[in-house]
Amino acid sequence: MIPFEYRTPKNLKGVQQELKQFGADAKLIAGGTALVIMMRQRLVRPSCLISLRSVRGLSGIAQKDGGLRIGGLTTHREVERSALVRRQIPLLAETYRHVATIRVRNMATVGGGLAHADPNQDPPPTLIALGATVKASSIHGSRVIPLDGFFTDYYETVLKPDEIITEIFVPRLPPNSGGAFLKFLPRTADDYATVSAAAVVTWDRAKRVFTDVRIALGSVGTTAIRAREAEAVLRGQPVKAEALREAAEKAKQVVDPVSDFRGSAAYKREMAGVFVRRALEAALNSLPKKSKAKKQSRKASKRRKK
Amino acid sequence: MKKKIRMRVNGKKVEVEVPTNRLLIDCLRYDLGLTGTKEGCSVGVCGACTVLMDGEMVSSCLALAVFADGREITTVEGLAKNGELHPVQKSFIQYGGFQCGICTPGQVVAAKALLDEVSKPSEEQIKEWMMGNLCRCTGYYKIIESIQKAHQFAK
Repeated sequence: MIPFEYRTPKNLKGVQQELKQFGADAKLIAGGTALVIMMRQRLVRPSCLISLRSVRGLSGIAQKDGGLRIGGLTTHREVERSALVRRQIPLLAETYRHVATIRVRNMATVGGGLAHADPNQDPPPTLIALGATVKASSIHGSRVIPLDGFFTDYYETVLKPDEIITEIFVPRLPPNSGGAFLKFLPRTADDYATVSAAAVVTWDRAKRVFTDVRIALGSVGTTAIRAREAEAVLRGQPVKAEALREAAEKAKQVVDPVSDFRGSAAYKREMAGVFVRRALEAALNSLPKKSKAKKQSRKASKRRKK
Repeated sequence: MKKKIRMRVNGKKVEVEVPTNRLLIDCLRYDLGLTGTKEGCSVGVCGACTVLMDGEMVSSCLALAVFADGREITTVEGLAKNGELHPVQKSFIQYGGFQCGICTPGQVVAAKALLDEVSKPSEEQIKEWMMGNLCRCTGYYKIIESIQKAHQFAK
């Protein structure tokens, strides 16, 4: 690693001042699990690291406007273990639990991960499917950016060099909705996915039709990919196995994987279809079932009597 | 470009001046002489360099030494108290958790962090927790057994 300046501002204003002074040569660092590797490999050679680690007020999870507000410095592990996240958006906790190992999740931050923008990451497909947004701030103020459209290329986002991710917002699922994230891991449990797929479905219970569907994939392109055509196949349609297969076929058409040691491009494309179908099935299975809910509450009351 | 850092390492106050690009593992091994922590893959995958920062396990090969400023670091050297091995260390000896030994400091430190949270972890909990600590002798059965039985050595 080449030598660099190391700054530890205590607040956002301080961060912005450092960014102004060092300009595009500076890199922001939080958990460092991705950036330190890139620096060790000399892929990135910043003249200054501006640490966000001492900046106050950027971590934590809270309820806000029908969803969850998660500070940019919140670690993956905190999201995974948060009782609030598990209760309100279990899919989010489950997705963050898939990232690498506990050691990495203890360090890696939500904002840092998104700014890193590796297309193999787990959270982006889920966050896109959930309709999450990123709040970025700079000396010019702050703006809210939908995650769908946030990533532009390998390790590239719409963030400007002077912008910092201060928080993300994840809306709670509407009623009669279910979601799933599936990660295809043929090698080891801590690997990047060969293909990952997230699906969030909302249905009309009485008419048994999909009222809304959101599908996104990871590891099969230069960014996480939203499969709009596949969604369109299902929206307003009856919930049937044939429709899910058709959506999976559409998803295969939007992916653009590369061949590597995790599989050939052709294989990954095939698996993208398979995993979109399975994610849709899993999302449907996670839909709250009236009868099941009753059974659970009966069980709970039994337990209480004991 | 240097930075002075103050931390607690295995309970002792330490003040050391490090180049900003010093990794925590190198600081521990070369500046402080704590060579128990090993470097394996250098990219945070193998777990050999596992140390605890404020009680949470981290890869010291991915952490800059300056990250430890104001923090409490526990390495494998800090597990024994007053000359007496930590229960998990005793259990590794008793139940053959060692093989070639290179992954052992990381395994033991990670297991200690688990036992701090759950005194009698299930096999599933152990597998999930220890997933990021690789043993290339592939001796996982004995490692899991050692962790499961560590509570026998706790007072």
